[in-house]
Amino acid sequence: MIHLRGITKQFGDYPALHGIDLDVAPGEFIALLGPSGSGKTTLLRIIAGLEFQDSGTVLLGGEDVSRTPVADRHVGFVFQHYALFRHMTVADNVAFGLSVRRGKHRIAKAARQARAEELLRLVQLEGLGSRYPGQLSGGQRQRVALARALAIEPRLLLLDEPFGALDAKVRKDLRRWLRDLHKAMGLTSIFVTHDQEEALELADRVVVMSQGRIEQIGAPDAVYMNPETPFVSHFVGETNRLPASGGEIHFRPHEITVTPDGSEAVLVDNVFRKGAVWRAEGLLEGSGQFVELDLPSSQDAPRLGQTIRFNPHRARMFNADGDHTQGDLP
Amino acid sequence: MSARSTRWRQPSVLPGFGLSFGFTLAWLTLIVLIPLATIFLKAAGLGWSEFLAVGFSPRAMAAYQLSFGTAAAAGLVNAVFGLIVAWVLVRFDFTGKQVVSALVDLPFALPTAVAGIALTALYTPEGWIGQFLEPLGIKVAFTWIGITIALVFIGLPFVVRSVEPVLADLGREVEEAAATLGATRWQTFTRVIFPAIGPALLTGFALAFARGVGEYGSVIFISGNMPGRTEIAPLLIVTQLEQYAYAGATAIAVVMMLASFAVLLLINLIQAASRWRMGA
Repeated sequence: MIHLRGITKQFGDYPALHGIDLDVAPGEFIALLGPSGSGKTTLLRIIAGLEFQDSGTVLLGGEDVSRTPVADRHVGFVFQHYALFRHMTVADNVAFGLSVRRGKHRIAKAARQARAEELLRLVQLEGLGSRYPGQLSGGQRQRVALARALAIEPRLLLLDEPFGALDAKVRKDLRRWLRDLHKAMGLTSIFVTHDQEEALELADRVVVMSQGRIEQIGAPDAVYMNPETPFVSHFVGETNRLPASGGEIHFRPHEITVTPDGSEAVLVDNVFRKGAVWRAEGLLEGSGQFVELDLPSSQDAPRLGQTIRFNPHRARMFNADGDHTQGDLP
Repeated sequence: MSARSTRWRQPSVLPGFGLSFGFTLAWLTLIVLIPLATIFLKAAGLGWSEFLAVGFSPRAMAAYQLSFGTAAAAGLVNAVFGLIVAWVLVRFDFTGKQVVSALVDLPFALPTAVAGIALTALYTPEGWIGQFLEPLGIKVAFTWIGITIALVFIGLPFVVRSVEPVLADLGREVEEAAATLGATRWQTFTRVIFPAIGPALLTGFALAFARGVGEYGSVIFISGNMPGRTEIAPLLIVTQLEQYAYAGATAIAVVMMLASFAVLLLINLIQAASRWRMGA
């Protein structure tokens, strides 16, 4: 469906993307995950045609669109801040993409309105077509933006931090709803996020980016369980880092076994409930490294000042030369 | 801290409505209404028939027509080109942007007579620009075209400065959204940008128009001041004053004022209606 080859982009002296290759299969739901400045939004905008790459090619459905202007790419785009047309009703917003069609593609007004209504039903906003965007909540506005993007029957849906401006509860509902919608429609979709939880929950595959490069591409479980670089290890999920000869050992807070003869000891200086577990924080004896541990909350909470001895039971070793190994520890 | 100590008196974050509204009224009365009221009082000394004779004489009517007509024409020209200037200033970064931005404000700072003299020198049949227009049969200086050009010059900042913040607030994303939906640049402008900035553009037009109606200094040099043809209403008032016909001068002033007020009120009503429609 989408094939990106050697995409580079530079803003002035600042290199935003260094040779990105990416293939997306039809119907896939892809997350571009990374911190700000990683180039994820730039990459999304290049796929849309809102930005043009300095070199490399963009293929959409086998067609080279590297130099095709955005209006001719037929790609749905949802902006973080909705970018709704404030002076138009919700229904007119949704029907906008149909109303600007020219020549033989023109659609009669009645048909446009019917289509807008149908889409508003799809995004569960039926009956709100005559309102103005200013009269809707953030979550409703984002669904209008989605309906507007879907109205042109795009071959691809691109979403730029679609939940970024919403509060936590609305974000969670909208996330679940978007996943169901994707399942029902099967439209190839790419969304940008800096929230690893969002990426892991929604995507078929996660593309982790950092400093204009792709660090790792994989299924959410693979990216979380088997990070290939130190960056992915600490950006996706929480990670404790222990210095080791020739590199670093990474393990998740829950990848530990508490035992009196554990090789590591931590002096607990903070404890709080983190959902279903106790989270204990403190400094390691010896190295003074800060670590976070998850302990079952079926037991009593660890006390402040207590020393917990443990062994990591699963960990990854990242060598300074870029090599890595991982697996269960005895 | 001071905000906190007075908070018990004013639970609202905004200062008390009663106080600020009272101040607004008092201030407007002192600065605008009282001086204007004296004009009405002075004109009232004329008596009704005399007021009509002076205020609506053929010479005065011609002057109103010229003043309001050229001010409206200049306002329209500024609306179009001021919008383009504002768009460039908001959407693009280029070296010398601050210089261009400062140039926009220059007509505010320049003594208007200086602008008038400079424009006249350019547009007389011997002037730098006038010499090329003369063979084409276009006379600018000493015609209504010259007056309009002078009013375009002094009215430019109004449109640019009214539209600029609204355009910046509208954001690039809305234009991009229209493009992703298949709209051409022209469709994006007519259906997305223009309706959104319409009220601001109207404000800019109204300000430029109002300024143009009252403008004196820059126009009298380029207009030629031929009674009934290129004599603007403010000049007619000054002429009356020079002949010590104070009541006559105020009669013309009253007619101008009422006409200007009617136009500005209409524009404000249109804006209120469009704001209400957007649900803001």
